[in-house]
Amino acid sequence: MSALAPLGRLGRAVLVALAHVGRVTLFALSALGHMVRPPFYPREIGHALMNVGWLSLPVVGLTAIFTGGALALQIYAGGARFNAEAVVPQIVAIGMVRELGPVLVGLMIAARVTSSIAAEIATMKVTEQIDALVTLSTHPMKYLAAPRVLAALITVPLLVGVGDVIGIAGGYAVAVQNLGFNPAAYLKNTVDFLEPLDLISSLVKGAAFGLIAAVMGCYFGMNSGRGAQGVGRATKGSVEAAAVLILAANFILTGVFFSV
Amino acid sequence: MTLPPDPGPDTAPMIRLEGVRKSFGPKHVLRGVDLAIPRGSSMVIIGGSGTGKSVALKCILGLITPDAGRIEVDGQETGTARGAERDAFLARFGMLFQGGALFDSLPVWQNVAFRLLRGALKRPQAEAREIAIKKLRRVGLSPDVADLFPAELSGGMQKRVGLARAIAAEPEIIFFDEPTTGLDPIMAGVINELIREIVVEMGATAMTITHDMTSVRAIADDVAMLHDGVIQWTGPVAKMDESGDPYLDQFIHGRAEGPIEAVR
Ligand SMILES: Nc1ncnc2c1ncn2[C@@H]1O[C@H](COP(=O)(O)OP(=O)(O)OP(=O)(O)O)[C@@H](O)[C@H]1O
Ligand SMILES: [Mg+2]
Repeated sequence: MSALAPLGRLGRAVLVALAHVGRVTLFALSALGHMVRPPFYPREIGHALMNVGWLSLPVVGLTAIFTGGALALQIYAGGARFNAEAVVPQIVAIGMVRELGPVLVGLMIAARVTSSIAAEIATMKVTEQIDALVTLSTHPMKYLAAPRVLAALITVPLLVGVGDVIGIAGGYAVAVQNLGFNPAAYLKNTVDFLEPLDLISSLVKGAAFGLIAAVMGCYFGMNSGRGAQGVGRATKGSVEAAAVLILAANFILTGVFFSV
Repeated sequence: MTLPPDPGPDTAPMIRLEGVRKSFGPKHVLRGVDLAIPRGSSMVIIGGSGTGKSVALKCILGLITPDAGRIEVDGQETGTARGAERDAFLARFGMLFQGGALFDSLPVWQNVAFRLLRGALKRPQAEAREIAIKKLRRVGLSPDVADLFPAELSGGMQKRVGLARAIAAEPEIIFFDEPTTGLDPIMAGVINELIREIVVEMGATAMTITHDMTSVRAIADDVAMLHDGVIQWTGPVAKMDESGDPYLDQFIHGRAEGPIEAVR
């Protein structure tokens, strides 16, 4: 019996994990369902668009510009080892658009948006504001989750697009200023090299990561424990889950789009 | 032989609880609560802190699912309704939460007019605001608090905003969870009168939780005392003083000694 105990524990852990996956999936489907069925709350959607999208622009821009710049320096230094310095524009473009743009924007959104959604909704739960919503005939999924998920689905792909462009601009600036590239040739190489699939994959990843980020924030917030400690746990858990799921989804989507 | 008069639908209780049980883990909070609240009357629930008074209210509203038992509102069993039916059920209720539960992202007037700004009862914004300000006046708040946020109000003011929100859509059934806690005696008097008015003038059915015996006498038609997970005593407020129930006596006189043990 004792020899099998670790196996039993493992089995239980797997069951618990599966139950979580099931609950999160149902939660996400419910949020999406409420998103497309009336009543709609335009004011809440407006707020969410503002918070998730517009106010995330500075952090996304800064992340992208530094990453693009560093990428150009690395590729130049690495490429120099086998006389391939000239590939900087192409690799920066592909690296930003296919991988770093979506992933870094996704992680920044997990840090900024998931945490704030989770903390806000968890606080509402702890202070009975969610119960109050229900007694006022307002469905919390519809009023709280649906607008945030919708806003993330719309704005995160746009943010990823902006991040891609700014990242490439960062690489361009470094390449032209410090590495002696010709500005016109750099841009031409970038544009010629990128294919529609690169851009499509970037935006699809953005939408997937946005969905993950918003759903995790709402899920952990609504299932928060009691008290300040409950809010803290919900917030921490939501960011961890969102970040890990974003990286896992990125791996899967890269496989779907680019494995030959 | 004459049959007893048919009670008819009007004398049927508005709210009826039968054998309602609820535990949180090993903690048995409600152990079979039976209670009937007649239509258009005011029931006050008293009982020690942590005996499950708030939990009982939340069970009726379906915010907490009881483990066992039956709850009927207006002859209909609750807890089975979904979607539009549940919305219609909830639209009959107003609830003042013990902690206020105001939406801190919305200014005071939008909290009060929440129901009037969206959903089935939606009205033009200006009209909703006017109603909100009228309700704020009724709970003793001046119109200049309308544009403040809940965090900018004192505890007692938040309580009263919660009260204004509970009565804003003129519901048939109103639950007040400790409406006068944290209020000065004069304001508590105003609120007691308001609750009485709502029951007498609007014919609403009210269920109030309070620890304040002055409030009990001012608000109640009937009193029920919750102790140890069951209704220990219930009856008209006039009979409260000669109930002969040692638990109730100890509670209403606030004695430290008696059958209810105070942990020290
Ligand atoms: N969601 C919950 N999870 C776990 N325990 C709970 C929950 N809600 C209430 N309880 C427990 O149930 C018991 C009754 O709580 P309730 O809030 O109903 O007390 P109360 O009678 O309203 O007390 P008070 O007069 O102090 O407001 C408490 O011991 C509380 O810890
Ligand atoms: Mg209580």
